Amino acid sequence: MYKLINAAALALLLAFPAQGGAESGNPETAFNPAFSLILSGTYGNLQQDASVPVTGFVMNPNPGHGQGFNLGESEMGISANIDPQFRGEATLALDPAGGVSVENAYVQTTSLEDGMNLRFGRFFSSLGYLNEVHAHAWDFSDPPLVYAVLWGNQLGEDGLQFKWLAPTDTFIELGGETGKGRGFPGTDRAKNGGGEGVLFAHIGDDIGIEHSWRAGLSWHSTHATARASNNVPDRRNTPGGVSDAFSGNSQTAGLDAVWKYAPNGNLRERYLKVQAEYFRRREDGLLSYDTAPAGANITDRYANTQNGWYVQGVYQFMPRWRIGGRYDRLEPGVAQVGARNAGNVISDYGYQPSRTTLMADWSPSEFSRLRLQFARDLSRKGQPDHQLFLQYIMSMGAHGAHRY
Amino acid sequence: MHKTLFTFFLLACCNLAQAALNVFACEPEWAALTQELAPEASLYTATTALQDPHRIEARPSLIARARRADLAVCTGAELEMAWLPLVLREAGNARVQPGQAGYFEAAHYVTMQEVPSRLDRGEGDMHALGNPHIQTDARNFLPVADALAKRLMQLDPANAKEYRQRLASFDSRWRAAIARWERQAAPLKGIPIVVQHQGFPYLESWLGLKEVATLEPKPGMEPGANHLAQVLAILQQHPARMILRATYNDGRASTWMSERAHLPQVVLPFSVGGSDRANDLFGLFDVTIARLLDALAQGSAQ
Repeated sequence: MYKLINAAALALLLAFPAQGGAESGNPETAFNPAFSLILSGTYGNLQQDASVPVTGFVMNPNPGHGQGFNLGESEMGISANIDPQFRGEATLALDPAGGVSVENAYVQTTSLEDGMNLRFGRFFSSLGYLNEVHAHAWDFSDPPLVYAVLWGNQLGEDGLQFKWLAPTDTFIELGGETGKGRGFPGTDRAKNGGGEGVLFAHIGDDIGIEHSWRAGLSWHSTHATARASNNVPDRRNTPGGVSDAFSGNSQTAGLDAVWKYAPNGNLRERYLKVQAEYFRRREDGLLSYDTAPAGANITDRYANTQNGWYVQGVYQFMPRWRIGGRYDRLEPGVAQVGARNAGNVISDYGYQPSRTTLMADWSPSEFSRLRLQFARDLSRKGQPDHQLFLQYIMSMGAHGAHRY
Repeated sequence: MHKTLFTFFLLACCNLAQAALNVFACEPEWAALTQELAPEASLYTATTALQDPHRIEARPSLIARARRADLAVCTGAELEMAWLPLVLREAGNARVQPGQAGYFEAAHYVTMQEVPSRLDRGEGDMHALGNPHIQTDARNFLPVADALAKRLMQLDPANAKEYRQRLASFDSRWRAAIARWERQAAPLKGIPIVVQHQGFPYLESWLGLKEVATLEPKPGMEPGANHLAQVLAILQQHPARMILRATYNDGRASTWMSERAHLPQVVLPFSVGGSDRANDLFGLFDVTIARLLDALAQGSAQ
């Protein structure tokens, strides 16, 4: 049947020369490849030392905040179809201190059928909702606390991703990833096979023309080897803390949901966007206490369950103007510490970090945005912080399509 | 659940070859045109006339609908660049990717206007390929319908005869309608107008309307108080007869101007579904011409 159709199609194609599917279609073809540059920067006014980590999450990343004037990461994006089968995209982050890091560099298939998509290279994992969103498209100048401490802002991996979209009117997407495991909570490895895995499911739809939503489930599993943390406070009150190293399994489950409303579905005038995400991580393995050369170096079992969530809303009350609020909360958990380290490692910090953030931004055009953000940060026990940020985000070059 | 699975397997493995074409129309005018040429097609319209077509998001529902489409019918000329490339990429459907027969761009078949000689975002939201609002000139539907019918024949050769017949029927009805609209719109020739967004160059050149000012200082920018004051000053020098805006445009700036400059405000449907009577392509232009003539009469009466 197919062959017959193809033969007939070919005959028709020959009958109508110069009219075939020759559309350029994609703005990316206007310049080959499409090139874009994001310029961003912040002015931060903090009352507390930003290098102090979130209480109970000392062995997690602490991206912190910049004080005073800071050039944010300028981001250079290059993308193009490689051939009829593949499309490539690279995002290079230009570090203010000098140097270039590869944020994304991946190849995506464009010729697969039946809802299949394959991606390989370095990319932001599709877990959660915010993880795939680049910093310049965030609704606040910093990521939610749960992303900062559980994923080091964002989980990026070297690996491959396969996803499948169900042939239904409701959006149902299932996917899996396997990668090296270089991003926190994993550790870089030089071995055959994959060091981490992600499974995710997304479901979404419209309700009438004014509402749309997406919800997701994700699961991440990795293994850490000698994942080092410095300046970790201990039960002996060692001045400046000690260095610890964790080796073991890390498994994280996540829930995410986003709902958007726009009168008449017209985003230009007004819209409301509400999103919430929850992650819960279980780590089980061995903790080496005080790994400094002359340190105690005691290794014993360590297991902990941490979780965190945030909920945020952004309201565009008139064209170009938006306001937003966000509430963050973390639960550091009570760690099970092996007997040999019971007198060394703090198992219960007895504190739930939280933060309340408000922002207002103004976008003179689709290509520029100026933001004022204020946060009451209670993420560090005994150090309440009032944080003020001014931020600019400007984009030049190709007009990229934004994720939902 | 069983039913869903069953449907899935049918779709996945057995390919119901005789099933009608599944069409994903980016804008309502192309859905309406597809409806004229392929009334049996299963049709999904991604946007409505109440939405600013520049500002659509790649919503999950759009990706899900593009997944099963045999043909995507869109304007092109960068109108959909903020969302369509992502929708098509995420859909996992090779048939509707740009460059494939299942991807149709209307702007490809008409003569584009306002193609910028200089690309500079300092000039606002520029479209490198020209102004994409081609659906405001009824004449543009003739070449687009012709090309779309050919595309439908290419994708669904079994029904080529029907497509050819419907194209012939649409073509003759449309030509007759154009002649009627042009007759009705004759008094509009040379009439000076103000527009909110540069959304009507094709309508203007078709009916001979003369655009003397734009409420948006630059394409896509919000009309500010300073600019509106300037426009008001221009209007004192070069009086206009009416202010045009699309249904999806916010009415505050044009209402303000309408009151100050004592000009009637014309809200045009802009696309099918943009007003009560604009239910199909014929209704779209009936309403458009009628509203323009009403405003002209209103202005003369004052």
